Amino acid sequence: MDPHPDLTPEVIRGLGWLYLLLAAMNALWTWREVKRHVSAGSIAGWAVFTTLLFLVGVAHVTGGAEPEQFLIRMPEWFKSRVDQLAKPTTYFTGSLLLFVAVIWLREWLVKPTVAWVLLNLAVLFMCLSLTDYDFRQIVGKPDNVPIVSMLFIVGFFTWLYFRRAVDNDQRIAAGRPLFEQEDNDKILVWPDLVYTEMICMIALTAILVVWGVVLQAPLEDPASAVRTPNPSKAPWYFLGLQEMLVYYDPWMAGVVLPSIILVGLMALPYIDFNKKGNGYYTFNERKFSIITFLFGFIPLWIGLIILGTFLRGPNWNFFGIYEFWDVHKLENLNNVNLSELVWVDTLKQPLPVASAGASEWQKILAILLRESVGLVLVAVYLFVLPPLMAMTIFRRFFVRMGFLRYMVFANLVLFMACLPIKMVLRWAFRLKYIVAIPEWFFNI
Amino acid sequence: MVLVALLLSPFVLAWTLLAGTSVIALLATARFMMPNVLIEPPRKFKIGPASDYDLGTVATKLVAQFGVWIVHTDQYRGKNLIYALASVCTHLGCTPSWLAGEQKFKCPCHGSGFYITGINFEGPAPRPLERVGIRLSEDGMLEVDKSIKFQEEMGQWIDPASYYEVVG
Repeated sequence: MDPHPDLTPEVIRGLGWLYLLLAAMNALWTWREVKRHVSAGSIAGWAVFTTLLFLVGVAHVTGGAEPEQFLIRMPEWFKSRVDQLAKPTTYFTGSLLLFVAVIWLREWLVKPTVAWVLLNLAVLFMCLSLTDYDFRQIVGKPDNVPIVSMLFIVGFFTWLYFRRAVDNDQRIAAGRPLFEQEDNDKILVWPDLVYTEMICMIALTAILVVWGVVLQAPLEDPASAVRTPNPSKAPWYFLGLQEMLVYYDPWMAGVVLPSIILVGLMALPYIDFNKKGNGYYTFNERKFSIITFLFGFIPLWIGLIILGTFLRGPNWNFFGIYEFWDVHKLENLNNVNLSELVWVDTLKQPLPVASAGASEWQKILAILLRESVGLVLVAVYLFVLPPLMAMTIFRRFFVRMGFLRYMVFANLVLFMACLPIKMVLRWAFRLKYIVAIPEWFFNI
Repeated sequence: MVLVALLLSPFVLAWTLLAGTSVIALLATARFMMPNVLIEPPRKFKIGPASDYDLGTVATKLVAQFGVWIVHTDQYRGKNLIYALASVCTHLGCTPSWLAGEQKFKCPCHGSGFYITGINFEGPAPRPLERVGIRLSEDGMLEVDKSIKFQEEMGQWIDPASYYEVVG
C-alpha cells in the first residue's frame, strides 16, 4: 500500500464537509441575490452552482468507493505544470504582476460579485489541491494553518480598503459627499461600542480555545546546538527577514534593513506632506504613498512570508506546492561576487591581492582595489541617485519637502528598492555580493 | 557643618543608596558572565589515527559532540590532507549537513553550500567554513584543537597547524 496516498477515506470525508460549507455559503449568497432582485438568469446560475456543490459534498461524505477510484482530484498535468513553473523568479514576477493587476483593475475587483467569484475559485482551488499528498503536508502542518487563514484575511482587508477607496474616489469625482461624511451617525460608546467589543472578545477567545484543542503544538525534538532541523524556518512573521538573508549578509538583512524598516515606518508621518486622505478612505488622492506602502507590504512582506512558508523546503531549496520535499533535490545555485565577475570574467586577470609581506596599508589598498567597482556602484546608488531623482522623477516632491525631508524619503525608497534589486541580480547574473570584503565582515 | 548637613540630606542619601544598589546589581549581573562550572566538551581532543579517515570522505561522527567534521581529501590545492572544519555556517551560524551524494555541505537555514574543501560556492555564505587546529600528537593519534581557527580568506589555511598532510 502506498504510504503517501493522495486520497484516503478521511481526506475525502473532510473535503466533503468543506464542499458542504462552500455550498452553504453559496446558498446564502443566492438568497442575497434573490433579495436584491437581480436577473432571473443570474439567480438560477447561483442556485445551480450551489446545488452542484451540495451534491459534490454529499458524494464525498457518503461515498464508499475506493479512494484510488475517486475522480474529483487535481489533474496530474496541472500539478506537474505548476511544479515546473515554481521558481523564485516566476513567483516574484507573478506576485508583482498580481500587485499591478489589483491596482489597475480595482474598480472591477471591488464589485461584490467579482469578489465572491474569486473567493469561490480560491476555496475550490484549495479543495482540489488538498487531494494531493504533498500539498496537504505543507498546508496542513499546524505551523502553517494560520498562514492559510492569513492569506484569506489579508485578501479580504485589502479588498475592503479598495472597496471603500474606490467608492470615495467615485464620490469625489462626482462631487458628492464622502461616505464617511454622509454616514456619520454617531453612536454611543456605552452600550454600542462596548457590546461590540465584548462580542469580539468572546468570539476570539472561543476561536483560540478551539484552535488550542484541535491543533496540537508542533513540538520537535529536544533542542541541540549541533542539529539544525532541515528546513530550519523562522517563526512565520520573520520569514520575510529569513528570505532577505538569502540575498544579503547577516548584518545587512538582520540589522541594517530591519532597523531601517522600523525607523522608516516611524518617520512616515513626518515625511508625508499630502494632507488629503485624512480620516477617510481614498486611493486617487494618495496614489504614491498607497502604492509604495502596499508594494512594501504585499509583494515584499506578505509575499515573502508565503514564499518562506509554503515554497521553501529542505536545504532552503525552492519547491512547488505539489512537489515532494526531497532532501537531495539538486539545484544549481552557484554564485559569484561582483569583483570576480569584473576581474576574472571581464578583465581576464586574477583578483588583486597584496604580495606576501606587504604592509597593512598595501593590504587595505589591495582589498579596496579588488572591490572598487562594487564600492563605486554602491556610492552612486546612495549618493548620486537622490539628487538625480530630485531633479527628475521626484522634482515635485523635492520642492514640497525641502532638502532634509527629501533626503530621508529618498534614502528610504532606495533601501526598500535594494531588496528586489538584489534578488533580481542574484537570479539574472548569479551575483552573490556587490561588495564582498569577508576580511572585514563587510558584504553588501 | 553645612557640608555634613547637605551630605545627610534625604535627597543625597536616597540617590547615594540608589546608586549603590544599582552598582551592586550590575556587578552581580556581570558575575553571571563567569559561571562556576562550564559544561563544555574539551577544546582539545584526540580523534584516532589518520588511517581511520579514508581519502575522499567526510567523517560526521564528531559533529554532535565536538562540532567538527574531519575531512580527508586531495581536492584542496592537490595535496593529500586531513583537516577539521568547524560545523558552523559562516552566514548565520546554523549547522550545515554533509550530503555525500552531492559532495557538499548544505545549510538548511538559507541554502548556503560549501565544497568538500570548505569553500563556499552557493547561497549567501560570504566566506569558507573555518578550519580548526589539527596535529599529529606524540602517540600517533590526530589531535584537534578547537581553540585556534584558520580562515581561508585571511590566507591562514597555508599554516601547517591547520591541516595534517598524509604522506605515502
